[in-house]
Parts: sequence; C-alpha cells; structure tokens
Amino acid sequence: MTAAAPTVDTARSRPLDAVAGYVRRNAWTFGLILLLAGLFAFTKLIQPRYGPIPIQGLATSVQPLVLAAVAQAIVVISGGIDLSIGSMMALTSVVSASLMDKQSDQFGILVVIGVMLLGLVIGGINGTLVVLTRVPDIVVTLAMSFVWAGCALLVRSGPGGGAAGWLKSIVVGPLGNEWIPKAAVVVLVVVFVIWIPLSRSRLGLSIYGIGSDRLAAFRSGVPVSRTRVLAYALTGLFSALAGLSLTATTGIGSPVPGPYTLLSVAAVVLGGVSLAGGRGGVFGPIVAVVILQIIQTDLTFLRFDSNYALVAQGAILIVVTGFSSLLSIRRARS
Amino acid sequence: MTAATGTVSRANMTALRTLFRDRPIIPLIALLAILVIVIQLASPGIVSAGWAGVMLRTAVPLAILAGCQTLTMLTGGIDLSVGAVASMVGFVTATLIHSPGGVPQAILVSLVLALLAGLITGVVVGVFRVHPLIVTLGMSFIVLGLANVWQLQSVQTGAGVPSELRTIGSGLQGDVIPNSLVVFVPIVLFILLLLRRTGYGRVLFAIGDNPVAARLSGARSWQVLTALYALSALLAGIAGLVLSGLTNTASVTLADSSVLPSVAAAVIGGTSILGGRGGYGGTIVGALILTVLSALLTALGLPEPTRQIVFGAIIVIVAAAYNRVTAET
Repeated sequence: MTAAAPTVDTARSRPLDAVAGYVRRNAWTFGLILLLAGLFAFTKLIQPRYGPIPIQGLATSVQPLVLAAVAQAIVVISGGIDLSIGSMMALTSVVSASLMDKQSDQFGILVVIGVMLLGLVIGGINGTLVVLTRVPDIVVTLAMSFVWAGCALLVRSGPGGGAAGWLKSIVVGPLGNEWIPKAAVVVLVVVFVIWIPLSRSRLGLSIYGIGSDRLAAFRSGVPVSRTRVLAYALTGLFSALAGLSLTATTGIGSPVPGPYTLLSVAAVVLGGVSLAGGRGGVFGPIVAVVILQIIQTDLTFLRFDSNYALVAQGAILIVVTGFSSLLSIRRARS
Repeated sequence: MTAATGTVSRANMTALRTLFRDRPIIPLIALLAILVIVIQLASPGIVSAGWAGVMLRTAVPLAILAGCQTLTMLTGGIDLSVGAVASMVGFVTATLIHSPGGVPQAILVSLVLALLAGLITGVVVGVFRVHPLIVTLGMSFIVLGLANVWQLQSVQTGAGVPSELRTIGSGLQGDVIPNSLVVFVPIVLFILLLLRRTGYGRVLFAIGDNPVAARLSGARSWQVLTALYALSALLAGIAGLVLSGLTNTASVTLADSSVLPSVAAAVIGGTSILGGRGGYGGTIVGALILTVLSALLTALGLPEPTRQIVFGAIIVIVAAAYNRVTAET
C-alpha cells in the first residue's frame, strides 16, 4: 500500500479509526498479493514449464493496462472517474508513434517528454471542464472520450507509425536476473518517481482529502477545484504513459481506443479503491490487473475456450465486490 | 431564486430556469427543431416526411436503450450491460430460428436469458449494495463471454435475422411511418405511466433522491432495484431485437457502440446521473437529437474524426447548459 495511507489517516479525528482503516486497506492489498502468489503456484502446477520467459511476456502484455489502472486509481481516489482513459491512450499512442517514426533515438526522448506533457494537458482539460461545468464527472469524461478518440483519428486514420528502438527495448526481456522483467521494473520506477513522492506531498493529501469528504476538505482549506483539476491532469499523465506503453509494446500507434477504460475501472475496484473516493492506493489495482491476466493464462492452460476468461473476469468482479460490500454492511450493523 | 449570473438579466434567467425545470422537453424540442432547420439549410430538400420516418426508425433502438439508462439513472444507478445484453438477444434469436418453436420460441428464450442476467444484476445491486456501474460492467463481460462461447458452438447450425424482425425493425408504412413504432409506442406508454402514475415509479425517484430517506419511509429498495435491473435488461433485449432487424445483422457486439450514446441521450434529455430527477419524455427527444445531429454532421460532409469531436463537445455543452439553468444553490 502507498506510504500515503498513514499520513492521510493522521488527519482523521479518531486515532482508533485510523489504525483500523490502515490495517484494513493493507489487508486488501496483501490479500491480493497472496492470491497472486497462489495463482502463480497453481500455474506452475498445471504447466510445469511456466517460468521466467512467460513471466516476462506477461509483464510486457499487461503493462499498458497496469498504467491505465494507475491513471484510473488516481482520479477515483480524488472522488471522480475518468471514462476517457482509453481514448487518451489512443491519442497519446498515435501522437508518439507518428512523431517517433523513422527518427533518431535522441528525438524519441523529446517525444516521450512531449507526450507526457500532452497527457498532463488533456487530463487537465478534462478536469477543468468537470470543475467549470459542474456536470457529473462520468458525463463529462464520457463525452470527452469521443473528443479524444476523434483527435486520435485526426492524427492518424489507421494504425501505423513506429517507436524508437530504446523505447521498444525497455519493455521486453529481463533486467539482470531472468526473473525480473524490464516491463515491471519500468512500471515500478515510474510509479515510485511520480506517484509516491506526490502522494506524500500536500497535493497527494489533498487528493485523498477531497475524495474522502469534499466539504470537510474545503473547510480545512484545501483548494478543492484546483486539486480536482490536478488529479485529472495526473490521470492524463499516466494515461499518456499507458499510451506510450502501447506504442512501445506494439511498435505502432492505433487510433481506435482499446478496451482499457472499462477494464481500468474493473481493476481499480478489484484493487481496493472505493468508487466513493478517498480510499485505496495504486498498488492494489496493479496487482489486480496481473491477477486478471494470469487467470486468463490459466484458463488457456486448462484448455478452456478463451471466452470463458471474459466470463471469469466479470464473475470475479461481481463476486469480489459483492463479498467486500457484504462485509462492510455487516460491519456497519454490528 | 438565487442571483442570476452573467449578462442574462435576473428575470429572464428565472423564467428560463422555471421553463427548464418544469417543462425540460420544450427547450429540447426547440433544439431539435434548430437542428432540423440547420440540416435543411445544409442540404436543401433533404427534410421530408420520408426523411423523418428514417430518422425515427434509426432513433428507436437508441431511445429504448436510453430508456434503460433513464430508469436506472433515476435511482442514481447506470446500466452499462445494455449493449452486451441487447447484442446477445439479437444474436441468440438469430441462431435459434430453426428450433422447433420457430421465431417466437427463439425470441422468448433469448428474452428469458436477458431477464435472468438482469435479475442477477439486480440482486447484486439491491441486496449486496455494490455500485451498479461495477455490477453492470461485470455482467457485460459475462454476457459477452457467454455469447462468444455460444457463437463458437452454433456456428455450424446457420443463422440469420428472421424476416419478421427485419420487417419490424426496418420496414416503413407508406415510406413514412416506421413499423418499429409497434414495439416502441407501447414501451413509451409503459415507461411514462410507470414513472408518473404508479407507486413503483415514485419509489424510483425517491431512492434516487435520498436512498436512506426512501428506506426509512418503508420502501423495500432491494426488491425495487432487483425488479428495475430485470426490467432494464428486458428492455435492452427488445432494443436488441429491433436493432438486429434494423441493421439485418446478428453479432455479439452489435449494440456495443450504442451504450455510451444511450447514456448521453438520457443526460441530454435532462435525467440526472446522480438520481432523483428526470423523465422518459426528455430522453426520447435526446435520442432524436443525437440521431439528427449525427445525420447533420454527415450531411455537412464532416469527416469521422471531426464528427466525433463535435458529438462529444455538444454533449458537454448541453449538459453544462442544463446544469447552469437548473442549478439550485
């Protein structure tokens, strides 16, 4: 769980609540990690040849969705939701693929920085519209998903472009030890460099604060509107990183948004982030994405029709959230 | 009334607000009329009785799906599974037409499947109190996955959209009146009466407005919500039948692209996604507005990317205008 959790809790009035909440949130993420470990063991059992190479492939294939889940987690923690993440990924992916095509590696670095800034800007536009229009987040970002998808089509009418060599190489293969996939290291570095320091800062506290109770945060002097816009901007930034990851892992950019928006919502919820806001972190959703993917792998190994993986993902989403909701209802009653 | 903002005078603002709040359908119809006038100016002669019939025919499936959103949004929910359920019903019906019972049995079986999906959704939303966004999202994965499995197993039997559905979905009486009104008008009357004349309708508004107060006043919200999501899935299934007849297509992803527009139609029609405010009349006009807008953007010769951008921008603008004039502070 993020280091922000205890810091946030000190802002609460009752210390006992804070301790209980801290333990409970950690329990969710640790539970997910245990489940993941169990699933890896199960995979090894049914497919003894499962080893470092498939794990590297797994890390590469989940990377875009992992970053999309981090993006969604940030805005959901702030009490919003962003249904335009898939479209923002498509836009940033085609922009990066078009600019990097047949260019030097040095220029590629400039493109990556530029596309990250683009993500901040388009996310910021989403947030500004949400704040200015006072229309519910879900409606604004739903409408903006059309806008960003249209922009992506303006940039490229079909899949194409290219990625700088170094960008493609940092998402494939191992780093040092064969058990450590580069793609996973890249995600962890990005999260530790961008989100962890931010979540411990005043801005991070404010994001948790406005998600937890907007009015209380406002009365405690948090600039609510500015924080909401910044949360959306951060979501845009991570969507851009997810778009770059798409370009890096596929080697091209595609203007048609993938299924990432709704999958990111599913991952965030499974990862222990409350849709009501203010609770959870980014590591739960990351583990949840890997769990969903490995279940798909296992079903393939067990010779199930691959469509059952989709059924299983939907069923897990409903059962897990139903179970946790039931627990909280019972807790509220006792 | 609170102080008016901007350059609009206080009296005008108040009048506009009252109009929007009490009769939201009037400004919406005005917007629709403006769009029709613009499309007539853009390509003179295009507007005719036949054109209106085609627009209406195109809007019917969207308006039914938007009805699912209206009903669920009134309680503060949303139904993201309508696309998967509608596609599944259209597809399963097409694969079953050679069964012993023929087309009626095929339709019955697929609608029962939709109802079952809706009942499960409703129980999880009502009893387990999970956010409808999550449950319907999960249900859409399940329905799509199972429909895909069924597709692989039924690929040999041969399938086609039954001619009865094609007649209902795409036929025009006298080249003007869509046959799909046979399905649509009863649905409209049913939803309007349900919302305005029955206790069930009032409870939907009450739950959306204040769930705790509704529960304390004796509303059994789990029963209400279970019935609601079952009804929503049934309506989505009917929309799927009409849509597959309209497009003469049976595909497991047929209605997926209608999900977001159906939410947009309900929002434009003045139903609040936060619950407790709205109605089906506005939603129908909202669906017509989106359909005519789409036709207008095509008539203007705008390329697909620009159309999407304008489409999204208009949804934000209309929703924002709504909020501005009806906001209670």
